[in-house]
Amino acid sequence: MPTDTLAHTPLHDWHVAHGGRMVEFGGWSMPVQYTSVIDEHKTVRERVGLFDIGHMGRLDFDGPGALDWLERSTTNHVSKLAIGQIQYSLMVNESGGVLDDILVYRRGEGYLVVCNASNRAKVVAQFESLRGDFRANLIDRTLETAMIAIQGPRAVELVQRVLPEHASLSAIRYYHFEIAKSIGFDTVVSRTGYTGEDGFELIISGDRAVAVWEALLAEGVESGLRPCGLGARDTLRFEASMPLYGHEMDETVDPYSAGLGWAVKLNKGDFVGNEALRALKKAPRWKRIGLALEGKRIARQGAIVLAGEREIGRVTSGTFAPTLEASLAMALIEPSFAGDGTRLSVDVRGKVEPATVVPLPFYRRVEKG
Amino acid sequence: MKPTDLRFTRTHEWVYVDGDVATIGVSRFAVDQLTDLIVIDLPEVGRKLSEGKSFGEIESVKAVSDLYSPIDGEVIEVNRAVAADVQILAQDPYEKGWLIKAKIADPAQVEKMLDHDAYQKAIAEESH
Repeated sequence: MPTDTLAHTPLHDWHVAHGGRMVEFGGWSMPVQYTSVIDEHKTVRERVGLFDIGHMGRLDFDGPGALDWLERSTTNHVSKLAIGQIQYSLMVNESGGVLDDILVYRRGEGYLVVCNASNRAKVVAQFESLRGDFRANLIDRTLETAMIAIQGPRAVELVQRVLPEHASLSAIRYYHFEIAKSIGFDTVVSRTGYTGEDGFELIISGDRAVAVWEALLAEGVESGLRPCGLGARDTLRFEASMPLYGHEMDETVDPYSAGLGWAVKLNKGDFVGNEALRALKKAPRWKRIGLALEGKRIARQGAIVLAGEREIGRVTSGTFAPTLEASLAMALIEPSFAGDGTRLSVDVRGKVEPATVVPLPFYRRVEKG
Repeated sequence: MKPTDLRFTRTHEWVYVDGDVATIGVSRFAVDQLTDLIVIDLPEVGRKLSEGKSFGEIESVKAVSDLYSPIDGEVIEVNRAVAADVQILAQDPYEKGWLIKAKIADPAQVEKMLDHDAYQKAIAEESH
């Protein structure tokens, strides 16, 4: 894709001016790294990292029919959400294949949906096709807002210092959010992330993005803060074994195969894909597993997983895990081979590498206190 | 080896010639572009090399890249230290981080390679 057709977040020029190596991701020009993926990864595990995630789609829903519209369009039970709570959910097609994985935020009035950058147009089109008689509006706020993630063991104290007027951010529970007023009107502060560490994600108006980003950087000096690119975001989410759309799932993979059946509530009432998912739940085609390779070579997406000579699945993501210092992969394989400790192998560019099935997640942070 | 004494390919390998023996490595620019090196796969002694053909691969967190032979020839020595620890290459691509030594089949192939100045121009263009 030619670079001049890519979308830019409000922080794009900052990234370019500060050594960000820009790449195309989901139709956006985004920094993959500033220094080294491994250094940025370790910064988040040990201290705190700052990410521009403005490429993520942000869709506001309002009107009396918003709840029913969301229930019809997604797999999780939206009406279970309390005000200020966030839910991981999926949108699937009629045959149960995943269209996108999303977060649904319940505001005081209305809802906010955060979706993947690469799927935003598809997600909006899916919602519009299901609008029917629901009395509600979908407003795409992606281009007028920015989104910044602050992740790592020192993230909470850092964000608290930048939002001094907002008392006790540490009281915001995981998968909950509050609205802060102190850094611009209606800043969404959510205890969410995609790294396996504690932290927040902020949604702010686009014209305040650079000021907030620089305030976090200045305040974060003593915390050892560094800006981090999408390369580290990917290795971090990979170690935490969080699925990534286009890797662990796509329109050909059902939620049960991807290990996301917990986000499907078959008995919540009618929703798109309900019938297909009811059947798939009994016999998912694949199971998502972890693989530990013996050598250092990386089994990347698409590599064939073998039991002896037989092809039993494919790698969905693989990397050299910086915290665990091992070549690891996630794969979708035939469920009968998925037991922990099963000895398999992976065809890594023509050379067969031994691998063992290991439990997911690969990495889980140790809770403090 | 001083970089100014080396010849380079557009695929970022370098060659140092001593008589009919070529020492082959990859450039500082390539190492800096790859970042986060994980592992390198080098050939065995005795392996025949063909100009422009892969003789190994180098893998970083983000990607795997082929190493392309600048010349025809035969491998006579492999840097075992780098094969065991690719960080040596990351730290010192022109001295301790050399990859293989090869008997040169056709000295004219080396003459066709870029000198240091021409290589600097090539990477300046690539960076833009």
